[in-house]
Amino acid sequence: MRDVAVIGAGCTSFGEKWNTSFRHLFVEAGTLALEDACVAGEQIDAMYVGNMSAGRFVDQEHIGALIADYAGLASHHIPATRVEAACASGGLAFREAVISVASGMEDIVVAAGVEKMTDVASGASVDTLAGAADREWEGFVGATFPGLYAMIAKDYMNRFPLTREQLAQVAVKNHYNGARNPIAQFQQEISIDTVLRSSLVADPLRLFDCSPITDGAAAVIVAPLERAREFTDTPIKVLASAQASDTITLHDRRDISTLDATVAAAQKAFAMARVNPQDIDLVEVHDCFTIAEICAIEDLGFCAKGMGGKLTEEGVTALNGDLPVNTSGGLKACGHPVGATGIKQVYEIVQQLRGEAGKRQIEGAKIGMTQNVGGTGATVAIHILGV
Amino acid sequence: MYGDGGRNDSQCSEERTMVGIITYGVYIPRFRIKVEEIARVWGANPDDISGGLGVYSKSVPDLDEDTATIAVEAARSALERRAVNPADIGAIYVGSESHPYAVKPTACTVGEAIGATPNMTAADYEFACKAGTAGIQTCMGLVKSRMIQYGVAIGSDVAQGAPSDALEYTAAAGGAAYVIGRDDPIAILHHTASFTTDTPDFWRREGQDYPRHGGRFTGEPGYFRHIEGAVRLLFEQTGKSPKDYDYAVFHQPNAKFPQRVAKILGFSAEQIKPGLVVPRLGNTYSGSSMIGLAATLDIAKPGDRIFVASFGSGAGSDAFDIEVTDAIESHLFSRDAAPGVEKLLENPIYIGYAQYARHKGKIVMQK
Repeated sequence: MRDVAVIGAGCTSFGEKWNTSFRHLFVEAGTLALEDACVAGEQIDAMYVGNMSAGRFVDQEHIGALIADYAGLASHHIPATRVEAACASGGLAFREAVISVASGMEDIVVAAGVEKMTDVASGASVDTLAGAADREWEGFVGATFPGLYAMIAKDYMNRFPLTREQLAQVAVKNHYNGARNPIAQFQQEISIDTVLRSSLVADPLRLFDCSPITDGAAAVIVAPLERAREFTDTPIKVLASAQASDTITLHDRRDISTLDATVAAAQKAFAMARVNPQDIDLVEVHDCFTIAEICAIEDLGFCAKGMGGKLTEEGVTALNGDLPVNTSGGLKACGHPVGATGIKQVYEIVQQLRGEAGKRQIEGAKIGMTQNVGGTGATVAIHILGV
Repeated sequence: MYGDGGRNDSQCSEERTMVGIITYGVYIPRFRIKVEEIARVWGANPDDISGGLGVYSKSVPDLDEDTATIAVEAARSALERRAVNPADIGAIYVGSESHPYAVKPTACTVGEAIGATPNMTAADYEFACKAGTAGIQTCMGLVKSRMIQYGVAIGSDVAQGAPSDALEYTAAAGGAAYVIGRDDPIAILHHTASFTTDTPDFWRREGQDYPRHGGRFTGEPGYFRHIEGAVRLLFEQTGKSPKDYDYAVFHQPNAKFPQRVAKILGFSAEQIKPGLVVPRLGNTYSGSSMIGLAATLDIAKPGDRIFVASFGSGAGSDAFDIEVTDAIESHLFSRDAAPGVEKLLENPIYIGYAQYARHKGKIVMQK
């Protein structure tokens, strides 16, 4: 198996991008990544595109070919493949690209993610997103994602010492980081009071506990490590790529407050990269809801179960803490274009490891990690990147 | 100097004919429902709704009130304030989203009711919440070209909002009528500028009972883009700026939008205060900015300069540069001959959701 490196990365700004279509979001991110890697279109061997639900959001399927076409590569006839695992689509697209390069089948591969969510009304997008859970056992009986994550939060708060304020601190921290990220959907800082006074969505989760509906796209270019310096002076090594699955329904889980798929994928990833949690300088986790970030930092092994709230309250996960979490602003503040999120996480780590993260730069960051979740934890993709 | 804001100063005096508001009148139904009462029915947090919209109550029509009766009441109030011979009215335009008939003009009903028929032209306008100001512009053109002596432009609505939709908290009833003419206006319409695009932010198709909308899409690409576009165009054409005005009125679907657009454009909270009627009244759609202007004229003094920008989804905005004249305090005009906006907002009768549903025809007795 060959070592793989990220040689370029690009990302659109995230937000309600009413003037930008699905295809143009992708073209913008892809062009930024290619320019960053100094790679020409004809050098691309393959593309993997993470996308959850273009069929329901913009009535468009067959997006692998669409995107290759609009990237100007139709005449090159490259393989272009859509990868779907709900909100983990981006993370899996990156993993497929890494595997194809590692295997020796391809050399220069684009891994991208794109989602255009604001062409439908919010009710329709909530229902589309509910397709990430089990439609027959969960969706049909009324469970929405805020509802499912609220059950996780309720269960967690019954069993572990997590306060409402600690939960709110996740959003406060992520907005602080988002305010320092020029591509973030929300670039204003908030207070704990902002979260506590916001509308109740699904008890105990309030509006500011939830990630938003977002349009956006991100793309990275991967290549064999041995060829990386042909394209860039700052290749970012892919130290580990791991993926795990679990029951699709929340109620069938061994423990609904632990994402066993995160635990399993993290163990594989740490073994593959030959590093320990203490070696990680920063991590982008899947904070679709504030409770998800608390569970993530525990399930990844950064603290014991039940200690995530305290860790957050003490500032360990803050930008200037020992383990900065979601320096991009996370899904909460940077935004959550579902299929693009996994690639945006990689994009953020690449920025940080290159020292190009501006006001949110973690000085001397050498190893970063991403955790991308599909559904309530039925799919998890974890990557460890290093310089 | 009267004319087209200085654009046509070199042209002949005939083309610089002054056009202005001869008189105006408003009607608002007596009934109100509180936002918290609507929130109670739908299980929403009333503080979130009121706080988010800045609206506390909205007007509700009586069982026998509709867009036509409101338009007639507003037109009659205008004529109470000034002796305009109805026979000299050459045009009536009624702007509304809720004309009682899909085919048969409200404007004809108004014409008959105020005695202006039959030697006149009339039509109903629809441009979401700005059809009334489009009527003012039409009258300005007809008056300036001397095709008519007086024109009446009305914005009137019994606004629709689907049960539990965000619109239901604000969709209100009311209207304002403006008589436009040449001689001794109480306020000169110095200039108007419009900004219009095909933007589907809010719509209602034939046969549908309630409008639909694109949520926040009605904000930035709708309301803000178009109002800012019209205002900047007017400033560009006239060389004016916010500091040249004593008062400003913006379309008010809620209290937040007009406050925010005023701030963006450089108008102060003081300038928009007299015309900001939405917290108690709600959004009267075609009546909204026109009632706001009426509330401002109710307290304005000769020489005051008023800025107005309407907004209609679909989408467009009409901006106006207005100057109050001495005539407003002269023997020609009697503000007190008809109730002002403040008077119409006083002493409301608060009703519950059940009565509101009956008044609005939301209870279907038999199908």
